[in-house]
Amino acid sequence: MKSSSEIDTVAKRATKASGFSWGIAEEVGKNIKSLELLGIGGVENLNAYLKALKNHKPEGPQEILKNNKLQGKSFCPFYTGTALIDAAEQVLELKTLKFNSIDYPILMLPFINRLSYKIGRMIIVKMDKYEINLNLNRFISSNMDIRNTVLQSSQSFEINVLESKDTFKPETWEQLYELSTETFVEESERLKSTAAGAGVIDND
Amino acid sequence: MINIQLRDPNKVMTLSRLGSFHQSKLSFLRSFIREFKEWDFQQDLFDLDSNGYGTAIYSVRNKERVYSLICFSNELKPSERSDRVIATKWDTAFVLHDGIPATEDIERLRNNVPKQEIGRMSYKELTLSRANKSVRIFDHVVDNLSSGQQPDIDIVNEVGYLYRTTAVYGSGKFGLADRYRIKDRAEINGPFRLEMMLVYLVREFTFDQVNHIAKAKSPETAVPLDNKIARRLGIGNSTGLGMAPFIVNHPILLHKWIFAREEALRQIRSIEKVSLSDFEIFKNCLHQSKYNIDTWKTESDYQNKKIKSLKTDLEKFEIEFLQSLNIDEEYLWNTLYQWIEKNLREEGVEYIVSMLMEPYDEIVNPLVKEMSSDEDLYFDIPTKHKVADLISMIQKNYKSMLRIDFNTKESISNFWFISKNKEEPRIANRYEEEGSELEQPLAVARDVVNLYQRLLTVPSTQTIAEFLIKNDDLRHVVRRCHIVEKFPYAEIQDNTVGENLVPLDMLRFKLSFFGAQKFDPRSDKWLRICMYQGAPLINELNNSNDMWIYEGQS
Repeated sequence: MKSSSEIDTVAKRATKASGFSWGIAEEVGKNIKSLELLGIGGVENLNAYLKALKNHKPEGPQEILKNNKLQGKSFCPFYTGTALIDAAEQVLELKTLKFNSIDYPILMLPFINRLSYKIGRMIIVKMDKYEINLNLNRFISSNMDIRNTVLQSSQSFEINVLESKDTFKPETWEQLYELSTETFVEESERLKSTAAGAGVIDND
Repeated sequence: MINIQLRDPNKVMTLSRLGSFHQSKLSFLRSFIREFKEWDFQQDLFDLDSNGYGTAIYSVRNKERVYSLICFSNELKPSERSDRVIATKWDTAFVLHDGIPATEDIERLRNNVPKQEIGRMSYKELTLSRANKSVRIFDHVVDNLSSGQQPDIDIVNEVGYLYRTTAVYGSGKFGLADRYRIKDRAEINGPFRLEMMLVYLVREFTFDQVNHIAKAKSPETAVPLDNKIARRLGIGNSTGLGMAPFIVNHPILLHKWIFAREEALRQIRSIEKVSLSDFEIFKNCLHQSKYNIDTWKTESDYQNKKIKSLKTDLEKFEIEFLQSLNIDEEYLWNTLYQWIEKNLREEGVEYIVSMLMEPYDEIVNPLVKEMSSDEDLYFDIPTKHKVADLISMIQKNYKSMLRIDFNTKESISNFWFISKNKEEPRIANRYEEEGSELEQPLAVARDVVNLYQRLLTVPSTQTIAEFLIKNDDLRHVVRRCHIVEKFPYAEIQDNTVGENLVPLDMLRFKLSFFGAQKFDPRSDKWLRICMYQGAPLINELNNSNDMWIYEGQS
């Protein structure tokens, strides 16, 4: 079995050998390591993408917009991913972004996961029939199994930054909170005046 | 009370200063011994034939954990013996296994460990190494012991080791366990602990093997190696360029190591009243050093000049400063430091800085725990900064680099690359060799200057995000600029590809933190060193004190 360190190093070098800069290659190395640690086929997708690149020049966005299109082409996952991470605050403001087509979109996921951590919000990615939750660079969950999947492209790629909100109902919270207070002690009058450091009246 | 500042990174982080560092209490092999002195060390298996070939296992254990060194020793013809990393066979190969190896593990490792880089380890293995016998001394020791005599002490002192490692691997290489699997173990909370453990156990193996072969050769007359002589033998190492890029590729770790040293120095200089006992410890180290430096033998003119300069400086220090100082003076160590910085050369200054730490366990030990790092935590670039912010950062943190003219041929005459046949770092002349288009990103000074010049051509109000979209070729160095803003000792403040580069400085710096002694350069790109020379033996660890590195040499 390959170690994470080996995966990071080889992925970085292979990306550089395919014409990307060292700075981008460093990002890809870390991302592929992260995908493999999550049990997703980072190495398979990377290898397939780098082979496919022999025939064309990859492109990324020149700026981040709500709707991002390249005429007749697909976005490169590396240039797009780094542009998104770099423009994290803008992504947070836009909340929803679309890209018309992305090559090997699974390679975007670790960028989005890191973006999620950077902005402190969960992100849902919809890429064709897949819907993927990315949560603060801790885990990825999907409506369909992507573990051994190599996706050549997605014709639609949508990023949705979720509002921070509770997943539970207010009444559920009230019930749980009520139960938690059974660990508290009901203070007698004497305890009220002696159990804390200050007296009953704290007069500064 | 005086306010002592940390030393300026522009002064400390030059290659000539870094290349003048010496071992200290912070060094990894010394902190390893302090950490593990209460652990149990034992020999679990010793199955060698009369020539010393076979398998041996040593373990280090406490109530919760066991680490096992497995040694595979085999025959090696003299013509096959080589220190180069391109060698394919060695006298003995070693692996540190996490726990007690099962029989299946030992068999699996027997088929892989001797192959080294072309074998595969598993996540159960932590470090991997190999070593060759020293042809100067190994047979001499066997012959003497077998005939009932101890080896010649002059030869022992001159060579300093029975075996010499030529690589020690860890951290995920060749399938070994990644650091994240073990980084939360308290005993590993210090850099290269496992590598230091491997080397220490290998040392024990060399003594056991040489005793075994001598006894097999002549059972009636053989005697074991005297402990006093064994202590004078460490483990040699051949260090080449493989180690050099590490300190460029791990900027935060580099900062942590140097910050620990600088903070120790700052705290020591801030001591208002130096006690007599602490002063005596310092003086004792200086006294021992005079003998120790005399045992430092090398054929390298480069190193001999440095040794001579060190000896001269220490004599000067003793005569012109130490003999006339008043120990009751306030902030004595600060006065001492100011004197040495003004009057001695870099080698002397840094040697004395190391000695200043010796009396102060209470200062050094907490700093040892801060010498690891997680580079991934600082990987993302803060891209909402503006170009103007980045320009200021570069002006503040890379002053000396900005003065270098990279338009001259001499300033970029070297390039670093990875060799295809051994996947190891190399350096070559750009104007004489092919391959510079595949240069590794280790010319940080050149790239910072390039970045700075390009930043001056774009609007200063542009964000870094906007800048990077059009300038992704500089992304790696933009990242470094933000790292060094947080971690001032993260960057070598020198040109790592210029004509005057001496790669030895990079190697010596890292080796000083390992705790290596007796640097013996064989060229400007590789050197031999010795580790654990003078260190307590396994059965002496419990009662050892940390001063062995000074006292064990004489």
